Amino acid sequence: MEQQIVKVKNKKGVRVIPGFGLSMGVTLAMLGCFILIPLASIFISASKMSFQEFTEVVTSRQVMSGYLVSFSCAFLAALINGVFGLILAWVLVRYEFPGKRIMDGMIELPFALPTAVAGISLTFLYSDQGWIGAAFDKIGISIAYTRIGITIAMVFVGIPFVVRSVQPVLEKLDRQYEEAAMMLGAGRTRTFFKVILPELFPALLAGFGLAFARGIGEYGSVVFIAGNIPFKTQIAPLLIMSKLEQYKYSDATAIALALLLVSFLLMLFINSLQIYMQKFSKA
Amino acid sequence: MSKKAAALLFCILVVSCLAGCGSDSGKKKGDGTELLNVSYDPTREFYAEYNEIFNEYWKEKGGSDVTITQSHGGSGSQARSVIEGNEADVVTLALAHDITAIENSGMIEEGWMEELEGNSAPYTSTIVFLVRKGNEKNIKDWDDLVRDGVEVITPNPKTSGGACWNFLAAWAYEQQNGKNQQETEEFLKKLYKNVLVLDSGARGATNTFVENGQGDVLIAWENEAYLSLETHPDEFEIVTPSVSILAQPSVAVVDKNARDHGTEELAKAYLEHLYSDDAQRLAGKHHYRPSNEEILKEFSDKFDLEMNLVTIDEFGGWDEAYETYFQDGAVFDQIYAQ
Repeated sequence: MEQQIVKVKNKKGVRVIPGFGLSMGVTLAMLGCFILIPLASIFISASKMSFQEFTEVVTSRQVMSGYLVSFSCAFLAALINGVFGLILAWVLVRYEFPGKRIMDGMIELPFALPTAVAGISLTFLYSDQGWIGAAFDKIGISIAYTRIGITIAMVFVGIPFVVRSVQPVLEKLDRQYEEAAMMLGAGRTRTFFKVILPELFPALLAGFGLAFARGIGEYGSVVFIAGNIPFKTQIAPLLIMSKLEQYKYSDATAIALALLLVSFLLMLFINSLQIYMQKFSKA
Repeated sequence: MSKKAAALLFCILVVSCLAGCGSDSGKKKGDGTELLNVSYDPTREFYAEYNEIFNEYWKEKGGSDVTITQSHGGSGSQARSVIEGNEADVVTLALAHDITAIENSGMIEEGWMEELEGNSAPYTSTIVFLVRKGNEKNIKDWDDLVRDGVEVITPNPKTSGGACWNFLAAWAYEQQNGKNQQETEEFLKKLYKNVLVLDSGARGATNTFVENGQGDVLIAWENEAYLSLETHPDEFEIVTPSVSILAQPSVAVVDKNARDHGTEELAKAYLEHLYSDDAQRLAGKHHYRPSNEEILKEFSDKFDLEMNLVTIDEFGGWDEAYETYFQDGAVFDQIYAQ
């Protein structure tokens, strides 16, 4: 009996998860119910307004400045996360030290913590009365209620993405390459930039992209640390909220749609870059 | 076989999802003893106590035990949740504007504002200043807020309905002092120049001022200012300006839901009982000004009854005021236009 079953399975080819059709069905259902249909509703909602109305809303000066603040701060935050996330991942993979497991677990806290809690505690720390903020205030830098504060909140929510993207690749990276590079006379800097970094770069880029996207959409933590002053520290998601508060649903979805499109294009660009890099590094 | 199974599973998933959604938003016919009160943030403690008073009263009248559930959040987002299907029997919100939005969706019948006394506002409040103990910057009235070096904290009226009252109170001060439109606009421009942080909601602004130590003065609802005094005794003082606005948090029965739940009578009684002497005193205890003049006088040592309180009617009612001052591109946006 058993043999027969094995035979039947073999005819179709053995797969770990049974049935491509079944798993594809589940995939489509999940994608449909949780991503595509909600996103489509944004398009439908926004399509209620004419193209002219749409452009008027999304190109109004306040909205444009909101986009500028969101994108620039998210970009900066993602860059910072790229550098420090790499270092963090490096330390967690390459060294053994007491408390490493705990530290490793802590990386994910920003995922678990409600963003409003993060925002409130960050503001408390970084305002000119807070522990860290007071020190910076003495040298004339205010952090909370400025774009620096917004960036810090985005760094906080984005860091796990970079660390978790880089970590597995770093773990698999064969140390023999480094040793070989060293033996062939490459210095530390050269080994890092010519041997290690090219291997890590696609993963780093993926982490960067995720952190960037997360920063653009971040609302909960940023509203507390941003001063929300129009044209200065007002982020795009806040403008969406302010439209909702005025019961202007279509305006809100218009801003969201523009945000979504730009983010999508950026992610597409980052992903293509990543694929290109991967091919390049294999060649 | 596997394709069929996949198709079947997909269908089951979709159908069950739809069915799930359906049963959630479907009409749950209650037995008329459950009441959902959708309210806004600072009324939590007041309604918790009021629900007990009401339950007693209702049982005395021969009704059965009622279970009252409260929901709290920002006034605007609470109103939106009701429009989008939150099964509230009654709404007790910060602004008539938010209830009008529910009315526009067809869930509340027209004329709700005339249904109960005082524009359906059983308790009122006003806008006052919260300053740090000692009042070092010597803030007494609205014109002190535009002085150089005074840092003001107030939420953004475009994201916080309650903050509209703050803006209008300052406006009323200038108007009462005989200033014309242009002078008033200049005054508000100066005032908002002094605003350090424009939080998205009243709770956020209080947090910025109280916990994070930002600014010299918080423009706040009187009841919220008292709450801050309660939680931080000896750290703050309340300053009452000479002119302010009568803030009327409104209440209404959500007719459509109450009809579906069979709670029309209960919901009506729930709101009407807010005008009873006990409930009025309770409102006073929770720092709201009772709408009953006699009971308000009992609290004369707590509330400054000498303030000149302008009503929203001076601005032509809520909808007109909102249109004039807070619509996109209107007066408030002009203040920040570069």
